[in-house]
Amino acid sequence: MKLGLWLAAGELRAHPWRLAATLAAIAVGVALGLAVHLINASAVTEFSQAVRATTGQADLEIRGPRAGFDDAVLERVAADADIALASPILDVDAPVLDAPGLAKVSHGGTPGPAPTLRIVGIDVFRAGGVTPGLIGAPADEARLALLADDTVFLSAAAQAWLGLAPGDTLTVQAGLAPIALRVAGGMPGARGGQRLASMDLGAAQWRLARLGRLSRIALRLAPGADRNAVKARLGALMPAGVFVAEPEEGDIRASNLSRAYRVNLDVLALVALFTGAFLVFSTQTLAVARRRRELALLRTLGWPARRLLLQVIAEGAAIGLAGGIAGVLAGTLAAHGVIAVFGSDLGGGFFAGVAPALTFDPLAAAGFVALAIAAAVAGSLAPALATARLAPATALKDGAETARAGGGNLPGVALLLAGALLLTAPPIDGLPVAGYLAIACWLVGGIALMPGLAARAFGALARRLSPVAGRRPLAFLSAQRLAAAPGQAGIALAGVVASFALMVAMAIMVGSFRDSVSGWLDRVLAAPLYGRTTGGGSAFVPPATMRAVAGHTDVARVEWLRFEQIDLDPRRPPVALLARDLDPADPGARIALTGPALTPAVLGPGAVPVWISEAMVDLYGWQPGDTVTLPLAGRARQVKVAGLWRDFARMHGTVIIRREDYRRLAGGNEDDEEGVTDVALWPRPGVTAAELARRLQRDVPEIGRLEFAEPGDIRARSLRIFDRSFAVTYLLELVAIGIGLAGIGTSFSAQALARAREFGMLRHLGVGRGQLMRLLGLEAAGLTLFGVAAGGALGFAVALVLIRVVNPQSFHWRMELAVPWTLLAAVTALLVAAGVATALAATRQATGIGPLRAVREDW
Amino acid sequence: MLDIIDLAKTLPGGRALFSGLSLTLAAGEYVAIMGESGVGKSTLLNLIAGLDPADAGEIRISGQRMSGLADEAAARLRREKLGFVFQAFHVLPHLTLAQNVRVPLLLLGRDDPRRAAAMLAAVGLGERLDAYPGELSGGELQRVAIARALVHRPALLLADEPTGNLDPDTARDVLALLRDELRQNGAAGILVTHSPRAAATADRVLALTRDGLAARTDLP
Repeated sequence: MKLGLWLAAGELRAHPWRLAATLAAIAVGVALGLAVHLINASAVTEFSQAVRATTGQADLEIRGPRAGFDDAVLERVAADADIALASPILDVDAPVLDAPGLAKVSHGGTPGPAPTLRIVGIDVFRAGGVTPGLIGAPADEARLALLADDTVFLSAAAQAWLGLAPGDTLTVQAGLAPIALRVAGGMPGARGGQRLASMDLGAAQWRLARLGRLSRIALRLAPGADRNAVKARLGALMPAGVFVAEPEEGDIRASNLSRAYRVNLDVLALVALFTGAFLVFSTQTLAVARRRRELALLRTLGWPARRLLLQVIAEGAAIGLAGGIAGVLAGTLAAHGVIAVFGSDLGGGFFAGVAPALTFDPLAAAGFVALAIAAAVAGSLAPALATARLAPATALKDGAETARAGGGNLPGVALLLAGALLLTAPPIDGLPVAGYLAIACWLVGGIALMPGLAARAFGALARRLSPVAGRRPLAFLSAQRLAAAPGQAGIALAGVVASFALMVAMAIMVGSFRDSVSGWLDRVLAAPLYGRTTGGGSAFVPPATMRAVAGHTDVARVEWLRFEQIDLDPRRPPVALLARDLDPADPGARIALTGPALTPAVLGPGAVPVWISEAMVDLYGWQPGDTVTLPLAGRARQVKVAGLWRDFARMHGTVIIRREDYRRLAGGNEDDEEGVTDVALWPRPGVTAAELARRLQRDVPEIGRLEFAEPGDIRARSLRIFDRSFAVTYLLELVAIGIGLAGIGTSFSAQALARAREFGMLRHLGVGRGQLMRLLGLEAAGLTLFGVAAGGALGFAVALVLIRVVNPQSFHWRMELAVPWTLLAAVTALLVAAGVATALAATRQATGIGPLRAVREDW
Repeated sequence: MLDIIDLAKTLPGGRALFSGLSLTLAAGEYVAIMGESGVGKSTLLNLIAGLDPADAGEIRISGQRMSGLADEAAARLRREKLGFVFQAFHVLPHLTLAQNVRVPLLLLGRDDPRRAAAMLAAVGLGERLDAYPGELSGGELQRVAIARALVHRPALLLADEPTGNLDPDTARDVLALLRDELRQNGAAGILVTHSPRAAATADRVLALTRDGLAARTDLP
């Protein structure tokens, strides 16, 4: 034990900076992983708390679609003998049109959807028994304010966010009209940080244009009631699309909304730790190579092989432990900083506007420290085994340093095959677990094959250079060394291959994704002008306004779209339902079909066609030609799937139905249709889109609350959002590349130190310092180029997995392969240059030892 | 061939090693230098090779001034005129024996695989051109080092305790080989050694003291 500590301490004293770099790589990996995890977990917790706030102490909950359900359900439910209390709730995200703090909280003048405030309408007499946290507290003790039709109560976080205090006026939007509400007090029962407003249920239904509608009913059961029996009984009474759910299902649903995104980001954040493990591998392998004689001496003095193996593993575990603890500290600080400065949305848009308090998760922290130790131990395993196999007599002999054997190719090939087999596995619980494992197998397997491939490639190069060795001695010597020491080449390559492969994979995946989104936008944006309500559930275009727009002299053609959400499964996020004007004979003119659509003639008379996004196939198993049931306005309606289309805007499934079919099935008529949210406009000849927008705003003033945009603007904004959502991806990739470069640096500096005697001898033979640096530069360039080529090939394969397996299984998005050659060429050139510079900087010190010290065993 | 005039060297710590050291070596001449440990034998070789600066004095190899040369120029002169044999052999483990011996030729831009093969044959390793150093014994490795030191026909060979790691029989063989090859190749040589037996293989033996070099006549 003591000897082990001495050895480790000696190594630390001798090479503190190299150990620090390795430790830092592990720490960065842990910090990134933990920070992303903590930020996402805090946001999800905040989401769940928000869900629970409106569930309160309910035993069961009745939940309907976004548009709500008929409030007659309340009477039916309340009449059940086992229901002690039924508290109705209307839940609306209302666009905020005016509040003192609005300029600060919105978009700094740039166009975009208005910020929305969640307003819950409650029956204060019933809410006290289930959701007391939602009841407002009148500021002036005027209890009647709770029942007034123009008052609203704001949580402390909402007051701070909007810059409002009791007595101020909050203006929200219902339809396209502004609704002024008086802030009558606070919500002392709301959680800190939760932006929420409450008002009387009847007032909310009236003021927010939801007369007769409810979003949920929170239920308390009578003592002794059989929960499951009540659930089944009530379930049978519910209109289509309305479910009796357990309160916890709300948590699951809230979590499922962003789960795939969070898991992907977590995996991506762990890439840095993965790359860090290769750095540990490099450091430990080189340390073992450098200490070969020391370890051989210990074996000679009586240390058993097993003890040496444990020594190397223990040193690795110590690096992992120290890096893990440092990473937990750094990650927690980083998460605090990110949430304080940017909020909890990391670009995916799932948590925009959520400002949670960071909750430190000791279990997650311990898990990440364990991962760090596991990564470091995994990195130490191969060198530890090599140490245990060390033959002392050989190791003590001069000339035995050569690392000719790079190990067999069998493990690498086996891992590649295992990865290929894993690709055939289905997703596990909606997550591409097998896909991730396949990528890991391919990366590790590919890296395991590096020594053998390097030996072949550089051997061939050395043979080609052999005839001109006299003219290019340095090139020949470097190729010869790389060919003859593939094990060492493999060590230096590990980090760069791993990080470059992942970078290439991400670049190709993101490039393909962007290219596909760009092409998709071109296909779906057919109209010269689009208008949409500015977000929130209470905004829509009233029928009179629709008529005014359609009848405007400058409008040649108008198509309306209604955005709804329906529940097909209470545990899954809701499915988007788009009721839009569409020609069933030619749906491809408006939507991006992925194959031929069934024509009305094929569908048969009376069939109602719907067109589903690819996610519906993955999540619900629907196929073109299937007859399926849609819950529309509380009724189950049979429709027929007429086609499949690509939807990059929504990942939880989208169904398109013709607006006239929707109206007919939902029981409405054209004159009182409410809920249309979007419009596509074609101006008459001679009028530009911009002129049409201006004239509509002039002639139909209420239309001013619609946000107008031309396809080019929508396209640019969509791609901006796309790029922003991948910004964190690029950041994490950059860190992985940085760690890969650190790997090159530590490998080369360690190898340079280990080769000090070789360099000293070469200097005696007349190799100048400049020549020596050129020799090392050539080796570094050769290695980095090889690493980049191998990493590029591996990255291309991983990109295919990301595109064909991980993305479809995670997000149900499919895309065409598009390789961003220019970007890859630029990054390759940069990486090779950075690799050579890093290697030279790292070796400069080692080669500067001087030829005398380097061969001091002799002179 | 080698002219050393009034050379002086003090170690960085201030300890004076020697001063007023002079030596002239004719082409093909082979001398051994002996002396107590720490007297500066290896340092003298470093000064001759231009790897360590002298405090005073001058060194000329084949008429070319070594002292005071810049690094690259000194490297070029070493490349052309000098050969080295080390106590610990210092062969490159990743190169075959033939490739190891070709290194000086490659550095000079005069690659000649046949010459390298001939040198290895001369030191008794002609059948093992493609072997790697890890497969060789210490004596064999030193033979490779001698072949490498002389392959480019240097004017002067510097050998520091070349038999320090070898058993007596192998040492005797290596010393004989070294002397023979020096003669064959017409090179002068300086052998630094503690061993009177090794020194006895040289044409003359010198003792290094703080006052310089003096002939030793007490050896058989």
